[in-house]
Amino acid sequence: MADENNSNGGSSGKNGRVGLVERVTTGVKEDIQALKTDIPTKAKEQIDGLKDPTKTQVYTSIFRHKHDDTPRNRALGVLSNVFLHLHPAKINRDAVRYSYTWGMGGITFYLFIILTYTGVLLMFYYHPSKVQAFRDVLYLEHDVPFGKILRNMHRWAAHLMVIGVWLHMFRVFLTGSYKKPREFNWNIGVLLLVFTLLLSFTGYLLPDDQLGFWAVTVGTNMARATPLLGHEGPFGSMLGMTPYNDVRFGLLGGSIVDANALLRSYIWHCIGIPIVASVLMIVHFWRVRKDGGISGPAPVMLEAEADKPRRGPKAAGE
Amino acid sequence: MDWRQLWEICSAPDNVPIVGLIPLLGFYIYLAVKQARANDQLIEQLEADPAMAKTHHRKTWPFKPGWAKEVHVWPFLLRIEFLAAIIVTIILMIWSITLNAPLEEPANPNLTMNPAKAPWYFLGLQEMLVYFDPWIAGVVMPTMIIIGLMVIPYIDTNPLGSGYYTWKQRKFSISTFMFGFVILWVAMIIIGTFIRGPGWQWFWPGQTWDHNRLIYEVNRDLPDLFGLTSNMAKAVFGGIVVVGFYLVGGGAVYSLFRRKMQKDFQRMSLLQFSLMAFLWLTMIALPLKMALRLLWHIKYVWITPWFNV
Repeated sequence: MADENNSNGGSSGKNGRVGLVERVTTGVKEDIQALKTDIPTKAKEQIDGLKDPTKTQVYTSIFRHKHDDTPRNRALGVLSNVFLHLHPAKINRDAVRYSYTWGMGGITFYLFIILTYTGVLLMFYYHPSKVQAFRDVLYLEHDVPFGKILRNMHRWAAHLMVIGVWLHMFRVFLTGSYKKPREFNWNIGVLLLVFTLLLSFTGYLLPDDQLGFWAVTVGTNMARATPLLGHEGPFGSMLGMTPYNDVRFGLLGGSIVDANALLRSYIWHCIGIPIVASVLMIVHFWRVRKDGGISGPAPVMLEAEADKPRRGPKAAGE
Repeated sequence: MDWRQLWEICSAPDNVPIVGLIPLLGFYIYLAVKQARANDQLIEQLEADPAMAKTHHRKTWPFKPGWAKEVHVWPFLLRIEFLAAIIVTIILMIWSITLNAPLEEPANPNLTMNPAKAPWYFLGLQEMLVYFDPWIAGVVMPTMIIIGLMVIPYIDTNPLGSGYYTWKQRKFSISTFMFGFVILWVAMIIIGTFIRGPGWQWFWPGQTWDHNRLIYEVNRDLPDLFGLTSNMAKAVFGGIVVVGFYLVGGGAVYSLFRRKMQKDFQRMSLLQFSLMAFLWLTMIALPLKMALRLLWHIKYVWITPWFNV
């Protein structure tokens, strides 16, 4: 036993080493032999798998349902997508009519996305300080690649958004869509209208040119006259309001439109109001669904039915 | 006719949205009126024929009994949204390529712009400054507009016209809103943009902006017309006029509702009715004050040591 042990691994190390080398070489040879058959089969499997990429694990992990043209898949395409699941799977056949909806709410939201995107890009080139701000805009207009169209898009999208919000409100009013059960959502909408105007207004000052400066001066001068809280407003001076502690001072961070006003404007424009508006938008969209989808086009109601219950089996035309 | 001046105003980059808003608003008003008229006709038909009202599907769009009531969001809604996004993007790109955003000289507090105008969407409020002191035009009125808009769903108790365009079923609310939005908001913006020139003076479209023009306008206060001289008398008189306006106006609104809109009146609570009347009269006060100024050169109605109305 001891001899055997010795001959195998101990003093006769040379023999043992040869054995190891042999074993390794035969092993490697076996591996190569196996590879010659394994690789082609695996490769074939791989290529076969690529012929139908929708069956790969990566694909099925991203898209969690099939794409055959079945009603179920059409519904799942909307419901299992985080960006689309705001929609129901099905809607009233008339609710897609553009002449009724005008599409202004959606367009406004799309413009908000464009504005966020272009706005973030603009922020890379802009310092909200009196020394830099105007030069940054010049730099953006003349030196930054596509800087001019970036700024133009941001400005015009903002104007379009204001118009879009107005037209959206106009349509919602004309179709009586603020009526029961959508009263609260109308209120959220009014707040969003106000925030849209404020977003646009705070952005007006940022180029730090004559146009923005005087527009914001005119705009915030009104705050001087706020009753009770402005130093020129009714009862303001009685409450101890001066140009240095009234509501206008709070808005501008000073008694004139200057560096602090620029910074405040910037922060409200880029951070403060977008966050608040986004939260309100979430509520707004969510409430559209919870209040029963968009209001119509609903079946017309007659005078005689006015005071009957709107919902339930007795509802008109249902 | 100064075409160059007109072109300068209309083509000022920030005025372009308003130039665009006018036809856009016109188009959508047309779209709404068209559908309201169709719905009103249908309502008339159905009211005349109760048997038809029981079976009719009650929409002006084509309908066949076998049709599915609902359609899939994909593709029937999403394709519209994608198309809208593409169209808006194209419009925005073309607009951004062809027209540059305005950039003037660096801000200079020592060089006042004349006219110094607010952003175009606030020009209605700035135009109001001609007729009211800043605390009303700049603070109270905007607040009232926001509050007024927010209470609309709670004071409009008319259950008709929910979810479809109509005129006959909502004459009062629609005419009020149209008046407020189209006349008092949009038209005032148009005046503020296209008509108001240096010194915030009235220049007709095409009239040259004369920076040295002076207008000698003697404005009077309403109490002066009645020969009141003491501050006390002016304050008391103005208070009576303003409170009287709301009281008499409230009576007039009541009378209108009692005669013409009895059902709406019955549905409204005291709070709903008085809130509606107050807001409505406040809205009407703006054109009334404008008329007082433009026709009789009256500046203030109510003068007190603390505020003037």
